[in-house]
Amino acid sequence: MSFLKIENVTKSYGAVEVLHQVDIDVEEGEFLVLVGPSGCGKSTLLNMIAGLEEISSGEMSIKGQVMNGVHPSKRNIAMVFQSYALYPNMTVAQNITFGLEMHNVPKPERDAAMNKVADMLQITQLLSRKPGQLSGGQRQRVAMGRALVRNPDVFLFDEPLSNLDAKLRVDMRTEIKKLHQRLGTTIVYVTHDQIEAMTLSTRIAVMNGGYIQQLGTPKEIYDNPANIFVASFMGSPSMNLLAATLRSDGARTAVEITDWEGKPVVLPLMEAITDVSRKDGDRVILGIRPEALTDPDGADRNARNVVTVSNRIDVTEPAGSDTFVTTVLAGGDVVGRMRADAAVVPGQTCDFAVNMDKAVLFDPETEMRIR
Amino acid sequence: MAVASTDTAIRTGNATRVLLYLVLLLFALFYLLPFGIMVLNSLKPLSEITGGNMMALPEVWTLDAWRNAWSQAQIGVEPTGLQPYFWNSIKMVVPAVAISTVLGALNGYILTKWRFRGDTILFGLMLFSCFIPFQIVLIPMARILGITGLAGSTAGLVLVHVVYGIGFSTLYFRNYYAVFPTELVRAAQIDGAGFFRIFWRIMLPSSGPITVVCVIWQFTNIWNDFLFGASFADFDSQPMTVALNNLVNSSTGVKEYNVHFAGAIYAALPTLLVYIVAGRYFVRGLMSGSVKG
Repeated sequence: MSFLKIENVTKSYGAVEVLHQVDIDVEEGEFLVLVGPSGCGKSTLLNMIAGLEEISSGEMSIKGQVMNGVHPSKRNIAMVFQSYALYPNMTVAQNITFGLEMHNVPKPERDAAMNKVADMLQITQLLSRKPGQLSGGQRQRVAMGRALVRNPDVFLFDEPLSNLDAKLRVDMRTEIKKLHQRLGTTIVYVTHDQIEAMTLSTRIAVMNGGYIQQLGTPKEIYDNPANIFVASFMGSPSMNLLAATLRSDGARTAVEITDWEGKPVVLPLMEAITDVSRKDGDRVILGIRPEALTDPDGADRNARNVVTVSNRIDVTEPAGSDTFVTTVLAGGDVVGRMRADAAVVPGQTCDFAVNMDKAVLFDPETEMRIR
Repeated sequence: MAVASTDTAIRTGNATRVLLYLVLLLFALFYLLPFGIMVLNSLKPLSEITGGNMMALPEVWTLDAWRNAWSQAQIGVEPTGLQPYFWNSIKMVVPAVAISTVLGALNGYILTKWRFRGDTILFGLMLFSCFIPFQIVLIPMARILGITGLAGSTAGLVLVHVVYGIGFSTLYFRNYYAVFPTELVRAAQIDGAGFFRIFWRIMLPSSGPITVVCVIWQFTNIWNDFLFGASFADFDSQPMTVALNNLVNSSTGVKEYNVHFAGAIYAALPTLLVYIVAGRYFVRGLMSGSVKG
């Protein structure tokens, strides 16, 4: 029996179904991230877990107890909102203990719990202030304190970092991860930022158009995307998708693309694809991540199948830690990630090491993965 | 930013500035003139008014007219002064303002945070009540007061003013709460607060500016109302406005202008006080929601 079980859950507004048959099992202590573009239904799903929106059909249970129709305050959950939703008329201390007060916890216990949480989040010196006098990062901490003090079964985070500036966001991200490691609580976290999803989660559910596109560990999602949407949504810069032709002589499989001059380049695949309906000459889409398209010296030494392709460089973008290089392959712009000091000059030709271990194929019609 | 704003600000020379203040001062004086004359004449003995210039300063300064208006003047049949009617008004205004403001806040809270099917139509209908002229409801209202047994009592007047006030107070609070973050309500729900707890503990404490606007508006309207007071009140529940009318319009005896002036100031005093105390919140409240922050 899983800790948080979402079974065939749908959400409709009138005749419009916005969330279709969602099935997710979350184990105790897991950090599940729901990620997707805006309007994909991730916040709706979170609100349904919280009990702020009704479940149209299906079943949601926490610790084996069905939660459909149970009031949010009786689900033993806590939520951190995007705007933090701190009560503006109360001090930080009152904000943190409000939930306990509503649950009739006696004052000495409330104060003890508050002090413990304030210590943990290092906000003890802020307790007597009002939310209006706090900075964004401090408000974020208070919002987390308010959630922590309840000692809930499940923590729900609704894009908690999107209102912070870039540097603080990275710091708070680490903090949330530390907190999760220390407390081992179950967390469901909504974000549209794929880096947050990758770095924080133990599992990711990538959502689009009200469907779960793929559910898996960050590594599975990144290395083995189920379809083109997942492949291009996760990763920055996003995966290069090239129009390619399948070449198969029975024993070995390869894909053929064109280089910048239009000349054919054959890239052998590591393993023959198991889908027997794919034949020689079929059109496929080849997915290669920027880091699998690099300068020969920077190529992964453990990779077993690296192909070198010589191609002209159009644009270089030095990012400090890496240099992003734009070139033309298969008739479209392709981004490669090279070492910071790779000797690359726009307009000149250079060797690209293509790590075909990491290459993935998609069907151009269904956009699904070809395995 | 500071540099940019000084560069783009409209520059006005000193001469224009002096002219500007002069004109403003003139306008201020013009608006203060009636009130000034009232105050001056209320401090004169009657003989100075009847025998001379209304605009002149008093030769003898006296508070007799004020004392007279408050506790001795003939109102209707009794020489009670305005005092009992002043308290009648207070007894009517305070509950009427309090009840209509709280109900308006409650309505605004429901219409924005507990939305239901048809809530906008209901709000539209409530708004409609703001546009119904007083005269139209006189007879139905008299009937209702008769049926409920509240006719001629202060409680009846409170009911009338609450019913009339709800439209406006709902409008104020609904618009204020429409921009109040719904996430706060949701957070409170998760924290375990119910409908009324959220209202008392979170919504109302954050509604300072709009409450001030609503209170000023209701207080001024209800205090200044004459029609309902004259129509529905008994002798022992007549509000200040009706009493002032009875004082000024009495057809017997000498017209004591100085007493009338003093009485009129008594009648205007509470609203004036409300404006002075809470006025600076008034504009702030009216503007809130229109501009972020």
